[in-house]
Amino acid sequence: MSYAPVHLHIPDGFLTLAVSLLFWLITIIMVGLAVSKTNKSLGERQIPLMGVMAAFIFAAQMLNFPIAGGTSGHFLGGALAAIVLGPWAGILVMTSVIGVQALLFQDGGLLVMGANIFNMGILTAVIGFGLYRLVVRQKKGVRLAVAGGGAWIATMAAALVTSLQLWLSGTTRLEIVLPAMLGVHALIGIGEGLITAAALAYIEQTRPDLLNTEKTLQEGSRGWVVAGVLLTLAAVLISPLASGSPDGLERVAEDLGFLGIGQDAPYQILPDYSIPFLGETALSTILAGIVGAALLLGLLILLGRSLRKRMDTQ
Amino acid sequence: MHVDVFDQFQIRESQVHHLDPRIKVVVTVAYILSNAILPDGSWLAFGLAWLFLLLANDLANLGLGFTLRRSAIALPFAVVAVSAVFSPLGEPLAVWDLGFITLIPTDFGLIRFISIILRSWLSVQIAILLVATTQFPDLIHALEHLRLPKTLTTIIAFLFRYLFVLTNEVFRILRAREARSAGLPGIRKGGTLGWRIKTTGSMAGQLFLRSYERSDRIYQAMISRGYTGHIRTLNPHQIQNRDWLFLGGSAAFLVIIQFVGWII
Repeated sequence: MSYAPVHLHIPDGFLTLAVSLLFWLITIIMVGLAVSKTNKSLGERQIPLMGVMAAFIFAAQMLNFPIAGGTSGHFLGGALAAIVLGPWAGILVMTSVIGVQALLFQDGGLLVMGANIFNMGILTAVIGFGLYRLVVRQKKGVRLAVAGGGAWIATMAAALVTSLQLWLSGTTRLEIVLPAMLGVHALIGIGEGLITAAALAYIEQTRPDLLNTEKTLQEGSRGWVVAGVLLTLAAVLISPLASGSPDGLERVAEDLGFLGIGQDAPYQILPDYSIPFLGETALSTILAGIVGAALLLGLLILLGRSLRKRMDTQ
Repeated sequence: MHVDVFDQFQIRESQVHHLDPRIKVVVTVAYILSNAILPDGSWLAFGLAWLFLLLANDLANLGLGFTLRRSAIALPFAVVAVSAVFSPLGEPLAVWDLGFITLIPTDFGLIRFISIILRSWLSVQIAILLVATTQFPDLIHALEHLRLPKTLTTIIAFLFRYLFVLTNEVFRILRAREARSAGLPGIRKGGTLGWRIKTTGSMAGQLFLRSYERSDRIYQAMISRGYTGHIRTLNPHQIQNRDWLFLGGSAAFLVIIQFVGWII
């Protein structure tokens, strides 16, 4: 099938436990809020709607358009979902999409899913919806331009936070990966923004009952505007700072103690990978030998059984 | 595309297929967690973790190399970890002067890079095995038992059911675009970039409206068939002795992996 992975899905193993758990915590709080808000404000009727909308985002990610030289633009859909369905429903829809992508396609890990949902579902919903709501009373041209621009900024913010998470985990050097990630997603984001604006224009023209000012104002309070604008400002300020002088950001993180949380947590439990009373003694060498031998034996037995099974079936 | 795409291995029979899905989810997450907290460079522990995976593959009757063949999906992401090789910590191994930038790979960085790739490679394989041995509706049911909010599991159930319907819808829309953009060989077909983007936007909008209206019809149809907001399953999920045995065995294995990783 023509399923193309979007390259913001972090696989397992790329983030340390501390970073994974931190973003799970944020994501669980946000998704929990989204569940209780939608349970309160929407009837059971909305559940099938959100499910089918999640399938829509999934399917829409397969739509691509040729740009040039064999590359093509792809679609994340977080901003569009939040604008059309409202921010809370948008977060739930994107959470389901990212969850199913991880479970069914192994696109994005399970332990790092909290981070993936935060980057692609929550950030995009807050920025996309917040900026759109800010100008919801303006003329159509302004609204569409802001929706498209918001989708672009949301993509860039997702790329920025992904880079920061990888860096906090000690997986990447910020000064190499951040400019690369932001550069690639500046291009991908253009496609995202243009498709978002064009899709909104089409929906507004065909079904004005699904997308109008009152509905948007009802779906999210003014707090979303504040959050969206703040996150946008943060992304706009941090991006050049981080790509221009990563050492500066590193210093800030070190001063605030982030770096320690991110990189050292697992290593401080047992310094230098040994415990005091065992250490580098003969005992650990012997144990290593036993485990190595068991490992080899296990492999041989498995290989033998597998070969025999194959011969049996032939 | 049909739902069978993912079900071709799920209908096989094995001890792993018959395990309670809750147990499988818990063991999968525990295994990935165990990989995540292993220290860098504990090769023996990574080897044991691989052995765990091979054992599970074997128990699932899928052949030893089953998950290996499908594990390339996380590889493209490895590119971002390459820069870990040039970690400032550790002893430099070489100096590569590329003119605009000088790269110094270090031993610490290299060990870190290989460990990241191994962790990711092992973790993605256990996830592949979970999906290959569990029917997706059972998986959703397991998540519900594991206290995931019902709103979310129901959305995911609908997502899974209509994913295939809407994917086919996408293929129809894409085919319609193909059919309308005929061109002579060697000559660029289609209009300007702006026109293409507008077309793709209309396709996304069209897909949205078709999905929206479909969800309305689905809801009406479900109401008339007695839908009460809860999706039922015919498979009773009861944790039996062999499930506890599998859980206990896996837990013991993971503890050994951690012991080997941290102490030896």
